[in-house]
Amino acid sequence: MGDATAAMSGPSGAKPRRRLSGRNIMVYGILIVMCMYYILPLWVMVMTSLKGMPEIRLGNIFAPPVEITFQPWVKAWSEACTGLNCDGLSRGFWNSVQILIPSVFLSIAVASVNGYALVNWRFKGSDLFFTILIFGSFIPYQVMLYPIVILLREMGLYGGLWGLVLVHTVFGMPILTLLFRNYFSSIPEELFKAARVDGAGFWGIYFRIMMPMSLPIFVVAMILQVTGIWNDFLFGVVFTKPDVYPMTVQLNNIVNSVQGVKEYNVNMAATMLTGLVPLVIYFISGKLFVRGIAAGAVKG
Amino acid sequence: MKTWKIAALMLSVAAPGAAFATELEVTHWWTSGGEAAAVGELAKAFDASGDKWIDGAIAGSGGTARPIMISRITGGDPMGATQFNHGQQALELVQAGLMQDITDVAEANNWAEVIFPKSLLEACTVDGKVYCAPVNIHSPEWLWLSNKVYEDIGIPVPTNWDEFVASAPQVEAAGKIPLALGNQSWQSNLAFGALAIAIGGIDLWKEINVNKNMEAAAGPEMLKVFVAAADARKLAAKSTVQDWNQATNLVITDQAAGQIMGDWAQGEFQVAGEVAGKDYTCLPGMGVNEYISTGGDAFYFPLNADPEITAAQKRLAALLVSPEVQVAFNLKKGSLPIRGDVDLSAANDCMNKGLAILAKGNILPGGDMVWSPDVQTQLGDLQVEFWKSQDMTAEAAQAQYVAILSAGL
Amino acid sequence: MASTVRGNRWIRNLNSKIAALPMVITTMVVFVGGTIWTVVYSFTNSKLLPREEFVGFAQYERLWSNSRWLQSIENLAVYGIFALIFTIVVGFVLAVLMDQKIRYEDAFRTIMLYPFALSFIVTGLVWQWILNPEFGLQSIVRSMGWDNFVFDPLYNPDIVMYGLLIAGLWQGTGFIMCIMLAGLRGIDEDIWKATRVDGIPTWKTYIVVIIPMMRPVFITVLVLVTAGIIKLYDLVVAQTSGGPGLASQVPAMYVYDYLFTAQNLGQGLAASTMMLVSVLVVLIPWAYLEFGGKKHG
Repeated sequence: MGDATAAMSGPSGAKPRRRLSGRNIMVYGILIVMCMYYILPLWVMVMTSLKGMPEIRLGNIFAPPVEITFQPWVKAWSEACTGLNCDGLSRGFWNSVQILIPSVFLSIAVASVNGYALVNWRFKGSDLFFTILIFGSFIPYQVMLYPIVILLREMGLYGGLWGLVLVHTVFGMPILTLLFRNYFSSIPEELFKAARVDGAGFWGIYFRIMMPMSLPIFVVAMILQVTGIWNDFLFGVVFTKPDVYPMTVQLNNIVNSVQGVKEYNVNMAATMLTGLVPLVIYFISGKLFVRGIAAGAVKG
Repeated sequence: MKTWKIAALMLSVAAPGAAFATELEVTHWWTSGGEAAAVGELAKAFDASGDKWIDGAIAGSGGTARPIMISRITGGDPMGATQFNHGQQALELVQAGLMQDITDVAEANNWAEVIFPKSLLEACTVDGKVYCAPVNIHSPEWLWLSNKVYEDIGIPVPTNWDEFVASAPQVEAAGKIPLALGNQSWQSNLAFGALAIAIGGIDLWKEINVNKNMEAAAGPEMLKVFVAAADARKLAAKSTVQDWNQATNLVITDQAAGQIMGDWAQGEFQVAGEVAGKDYTCLPGMGVNEYISTGGDAFYFPLNADPEITAAQKRLAALLVSPEVQVAFNLKKGSLPIRGDVDLSAANDCMNKGLAILAKGNILPGGDMVWSPDVQTQLGDLQVEFWKSQDMTAEAAQAQYVAILSAGL
Repeated sequence: MASTVRGNRWIRNLNSKIAALPMVITTMVVFVGGTIWTVVYSFTNSKLLPREEFVGFAQYERLWSNSRWLQSIENLAVYGIFALIFTIVVGFVLAVLMDQKIRYEDAFRTIMLYPFALSFIVTGLVWQWILNPEFGLQSIVRSMGWDNFVFDPLYNPDIVMYGLLIAGLWQGTGFIMCIMLAGLRGIDEDIWKATRVDGIPTWKTYIVVIIPMMRPVFITVLVLVTAGIIKLYDLVVAQTSGGPGLASQVPAMYVYDYLFTAQNLGQGLAASTMMLVSVLVVLIPWAYLEFGGKKHG
């Protein structure tokens, strides 16, 4: 994969001009204004998470804390109680990682191969199945909860990690397949035909041509799945037991308590802590993202 | 990975040194500070008796925790015990034969005598058999007032709903919100329920909700309640918050004069360092009819194939109702105990008011016991529309009210 | 002879069929099976547990005479139209800007994506604060001197859906931008060279050449955004609880409330069936256009 990506160059847009041209000012201007819109709630969250509860009750949400305290972060990570277990989010962290890795890997592997088969190796009825799959992306998960429970029970997978991985793979399939199918379909068909002439088979073409050429879409798929699975609460709690509950169960318990005092600062800290894992992955995957597909690589 | 997990599991079992204890997974939605401390008392007592409490806390009663509990039970992999609001919520699971019959525990521990009020045990009983262990009582019909708002205006703190309404113009003139009310439908429904008892009176309430007399529901006495609610919604027009505790916070910070909310609101006042009687006033039954309805929580025990777990379930059921556990639990939870023969001398001012009403027997069954969750949800929809849109007439709301109740008979 | 031909037809493309097996099983068992289950039980009076007591169209009659349901559909229509237009336009414009060989691309992209990683429960809460007239934007602007400034979308029934839109776009546009950006990066560099040689202005190249080439990407985005709109739930619960009154109720909220809180499975599934039917009404013509004209193989 390294060789293939090394041959690819950067973004494919128009070539940059002078540093401070009017166009550049406009580009950066719009981006910065948009970023302010994206950052404003984050600012409120960070500021709130650094305040004590009495200060929050005063109610200026934009003001920086008079007295900075990191206690909410400590509490969210290692002290907040969910029922009896007062060890905060840290309790479910490794469980979440254990659920995340196989689920992301399997769902992307299945969907990318599937999308590839749908574009380059169509068979009778493949379009019909694909249409049903798209339909599936519109079905709300919660509606399917009871049928899935019964299904997994009959398969003997209920209550285990692999049952959960399977559920994530199934519900990730519609959007991911669509993503891959539509991306692969924009790759010139000549390339596929040339490989066929050279005698490459189904898997050969997939691993040697399709995968290396589609890094950005793999990154997008990973962003989607990491976020979705990491933040999943419903499946994680329905299909596992308390000792393997993912981190979102603790997050829900910290944030979603119905009665009693709402500790907004701890809520904010817990939310941002939970969001850190996807954030790190976004940032790392950015390196892959920048390497777009160069014309040279496509045309050979 | 699997072996690693098994090893971790074995470690967690072995650690407390109680290798022969029966593990019982208990799911509940008590996750906030005081609630968690209260659950801790239950677990402590259970562990001390030689078993092991495996905690499965999931916050958020209605939409969040319940589908999970029901999935687990129908998925054939049930937990050892699970919390529900007693009443009609779990009825169908009982009827489907998915719940353990604990009548023998109830008889052995003489629940029929000790559980007070009796309606709590009745709510656990289906076809003469007991299926749940009640643990506490929460009552929704309380009016919470900020003393400072009234001091600033220079009028005495109201002692009942009528005085509260009469004082509202002055409160408004002082730039304060007379009535704080969150946007969620259950809060409007709760406020209406409190008004129904305060304005309509106990007899009317029982006639409609217990005897299910639809003529009474459509009658002129009930219309008075709707007219009163239509007036009350004007008092709450400026209240721009969502959650009930945000509304309570308006009272705590003296931006609003009062709030209609359940007894759980006092936890908020306590945490903010306010003192009952000095900083705030609580009026059970809105100060008019000192009656409270008795909702609350109970534990159910899903049917299990393992006889050891069944035995542990019964031990837990007996334990939950025992006097020591009742005292320890309810003091932490801020709720009332389900038996009258325990000593709660450590209770605070408002809790004592509740205890006194309970002792007098001025109680009504909770909404969850008399109507199905379906009816409750529809009533919530109706009330939130009625309270938040100033142009829906009392007559129109009453007509819909009767229609919903009639369909839910 | 005939049988060997048929045999060959099965063996031909075997790898592809094996690869598509998970999809076939998923669609048939989970999506088709689940949909049939949903439709069948919407004709029953199931409460907490599925029960085979059929009541005809009673659940549907109740559904369509319910003011909350009717208002939910209206609200979703308003939200949906604006969300669709804004997400796609904003997502595409941002992607184009990001594709101008800018510096700090990683930082910009991470900032725009971060909302996507946060749970709705708390982001809804934060936006509820920011849009609260008492201590949010309105009070800040007023304290700067504009005493009559009014901005209270969450407490005005007429504009509450736009208040939700502000938060919804904040959460979702970053990811749409990423997909668009991936699509832009997939466009052949030669196209750019050719248009530059022909002297076509950059903006015109985007509209006339690039957007048509990105049709598959736009379809992906369309499905993704539409599915998100139809399933819109958490954000509303966290931000407005469907209020004020019923002014920001949405269909998914009706479905969940009746499935789980009201414990009226029949009613919840009837509402969900109506949602699925409306999806089919849009999807079938699309599938016909997409696949109808082409040859298989």
